Amino acid sequence: MTEFLSLQQAVSKYVHDGDSIALEGFTHLIPFAAGHEIIRQGRHDLTLMRMTPDILYDQMIGMGLVRKLVFSWGGNPGVGSLHRLREAIEKGWPRSLEIDEHSHAGMANAYEAGASGLPCAIFRGYLGTDLSKVNPNIKFIACPFTGEQLTCIPSLRPDVAIIHAQKADREGNVLIEGIIGVQKEAVLAARRAIVTVEEVVENFGPRSANAVILPYWTVSAIAAVPGGAHPSYAYGYYARDNAFYIAWDAIARDHATFQSWMKQNVLDARPEDFAARPPRHVAEVAQ
Amino acid sequence: MNYSASEMMTVAAARVLTNEDVCFVGIGLPSAACNLARLTHAPRITLIYESGTLATRPDVLPLSIGDGELCATALTTVAVPEIFRYWLQGGRITVGFLGGAQIDRFGNLNTTVIGKYTNPKVRLPGAGGAPEIASSCGQVYIVMRHGLRSFVKELDFLTSLGHGRTGTERHSLGIKTKGPALLVTDLCIMAPDSSTHEFVVVSLHPGVTRDQVSANTGWDLKFAETVTETPAPDSGELEILRDLNARTERAHGRVSVEA
Repeated sequence: MTEFLSLQQAVSKYVHDGDSIALEGFTHLIPFAAGHEIIRQGRHDLTLMRMTPDILYDQMIGMGLVRKLVFSWGGNPGVGSLHRLREAIEKGWPRSLEIDEHSHAGMANAYEAGASGLPCAIFRGYLGTDLSKVNPNIKFIACPFTGEQLTCIPSLRPDVAIIHAQKADREGNVLIEGIIGVQKEAVLAARRAIVTVEEVVENFGPRSANAVILPYWTVSAIAAVPGGAHPSYAYGYYARDNAFYIAWDAIARDHATFQSWMKQNVLDARPEDFAARPPRHVAEVAQ
Repeated sequence: MNYSASEMMTVAAARVLTNEDVCFVGIGLPSAACNLARLTHAPRITLIYESGTLATRPDVLPLSIGDGELCATALTTVAVPEIFRYWLQGGRITVGFLGGAQIDRFGNLNTTVIGKYTNPKVRLPGAGGAPEIASSCGQVYIVMRHGLRSFVKELDFLTSLGHGRTGTERHSLGIKTKGPALLVTDLCIMAPDSSTHEFVVVSLHPGVTRDQVSANTGWDLKFAETVTETPAPDSGELEILRDLNARTERAHGRVSVEA
């Protein structure tokens, strides 16, 4: 059953120290505002799950909140390294980071298995690779019908899933459009779920009969945070801030620059600040 | 018309794609080659990105695998578990297009670490979609810049299976797909030997010598019996590629495909 809360209240109520958290969104709709609120509230010893850690987890790792990372591709898309993630793994700064590393197919299957209430995912993957040698969570089983060797990994069942979406209606149903990634699976795999939205509307109005909608009773809390995915994007609202993704490389490279950026833009900021951050409205981008 | 080695590589990679291909596209060089093919000789090619965008026709090259441009120009966009389960694992993709930080003579790829996994010298981004693209697509094309740091005798880590560490592993693991069938670099085009599966040079780009390719390859490089010369990019190919790069640069605020 959902409730409408401020982002501060939602994080305070549903995110605890030591939790496993999936802040999902495949490049699109990454819940940056919610991640920043977790940083501000000083949650620590977290296990973070995300297919692509992206800038958001680079920030949370660099701030020392994260004990363990479950992931499948840890770069800055199209730009290069995530320097905070790299330094945590290469040098243990600001603390050592445990990793549970997969492929995209593995993570996607594991979320789906979690949403399906299964203990593990079965698929065809990692064949002949070294990942299966270094990650004890990757195992192989024989198909009981054909004997084919199949891959088996534990399902992902986070304590909390957090996603950003375009709209919630007054009842608290959530509408997601565009690149939908693994958001639905992450929410349905989790014990609790927080959704930040661009706007709350009276009702969704005309839509496809197959629209991706999470019913209100699958979501613990909804917080309206316009711009809350920036520098990721919200399809139909604002475009991905590719210039910021490029700029992040220099910000994150150096400890002092990183820390002062985090102080100014996260620790000393508020969720409401996100509304002014997306640089271009989608209408301008379309020109 | 003058052209760069990088343009030669992208054009040569684009040429091997056809209208009938259903192509799983990685970001960077593969994305440039696939979209160049679509804008030149293969307008009906189906491009699929792992973000779930099916049959997409971006006007500019995406910076990330999930830019809004990919979704806005796609036939439809499906969830990420569906793209990996139904479309990739289900055997619907004819060609996977990959790159990597390191490659060996059998087309195995490393995108995970330089050095030891537990204590890496350089931590690279990791697997992403590549391991299953490498095993589930009908065949795999690889595009990579030649160099001693990337064309290595021994991979530090095998992220995605090519023909295996001895060239025989696909068969012994029961994998039915063809694996790496072509390797396009900024110096040459290589293809696996039909019996050993070791990549050999089949075509040299104009002006490139055998010694030059050997000197940039970390293993004892072999050449096919007949080595041809890659036709130089024509003015039409170059114009379309340069327009695409210029549009992309304007959209992102800098050149991204050279990264």
